[in-house]
Amino acid sequence: MLGPYTYFTWLACTLLEASVVVCALKQGAFRRYLPLNLWMLLELLSGVSRFYVLSTYGLQSSAYAYFYYYSDALTTIGLYFVLASLYSRVLDELKVEYYVRMAAILLLSGTAVVSYLIVRQSSHLLVTRFAYELHQNLYFVGLVLTYLLWGVMLKLRESRTRVIQFVLSLGLLFSMFAANYALRNLYPNVSWLWNALPPLIDCFLPLAWCYTFLKIPEEARLMPSRLAEASR
Amino acid sequence: MMAGIILVCSVVLFLQFFVFYCRSLIAVSSKQALSPEVKDVTGIQRTASGEDFQRVMQLLQLCPERREDRNGIQAISTYFRLLNFLRSTVARLVPSMRVWTETERGQCAYYAAVALERRISFSRDMLAQQMDA
Repeated sequence: MLGPYTYFTWLACTLLEASVVVCALKQGAFRRYLPLNLWMLLELLSGVSRFYVLSTYGLQSSAYAYFYYYSDALTTIGLYFVLASLYSRVLDELKVEYYVRMAAILLLSGTAVVSYLIVRQSSHLLVTRFAYELHQNLYFVGLVLTYLLWGVMLKLRESRTRVIQFVLSLGLLFSMFAANYALRNLYPNVSWLWNALPPLIDCFLPLAWCYTFLKIPEEARLMPSRLAEASR
Repeated sequence: MMAGIILVCSVVLFLQFFVFYCRSLIAVSSKQALSPEVKDVTGIQRTASGEDFQRVMQLLQLCPERREDRNGIQAISTYFRLLNFLRSTVARLVPSMRVWTETERGQCAYYAAVALERRISFSRDMLAQQMDA
């Protein structure tokens, strides 16, 4: 049985995800940031269908366990492509979209292979362990890639405020999840805490993107070097 | 071992992203000029100082809350606390860090003042709508 905290964070997250899409549509930015909005819709769909599977099959059912792990892995892969789309946007003038796409697919396949190699010993739980391991590794790879993207943005003087905020919020999300997984591995005896944090972390990205769509006009510009300079 | 390395990397990168993210929120608001009445109320004439932050936050709490700016205000409050922590620890040893934390704390106060300005105009609009109704 899930507690009120889980239901509350699930509901809040679902509403926030829907708000991002509504805000993007309202601001006429849905097509301009299509991968971001499609990912939000995917998250929304995944959350709603997860709830449906939960109420149909129950928390202890293997159907729910498989659905949970695989929908989570799928949305993380989706987020990874959102990151690739941000790379394409930042490197737009260099016309390297094809290479970015190829590198993203290669890196994703590489991460999947490494995750499989890590879990192949535990054959009895292979399917769910693989999804969990892939999920965990993708967050760390995503974090490193976001940091690289931020470095590229500083170098290329990317000044679109919306893009800057999308990338920074993505970096925050990846780092929070990567830290959460690392803490879970280091301190497994307080797993209740590490299990309670992800639903809260999940709410952060839609909240930040909602703010960006609502408050930052498309034409707003900001020098990213200004953000980095002072904090050195 | 591996988990420890991942944890350290994640925390370091998280702090960097957090600082950049907060600075990007502040940078957007720093372009907005304050109205004379908000300047009077907050006591911020040209540049804000870190000491103004708590006062402006108290004023903010007196105004009806706007859902849209809650996220930004919470992030900046956390950033301000982080700056206070740095100011009372690392900045004591590194003078350049002290100057930086002071400037940043002032920027946080300015961000809060801009949020106050928005809340005041939001309250005014609400009042006007009620009067019309």
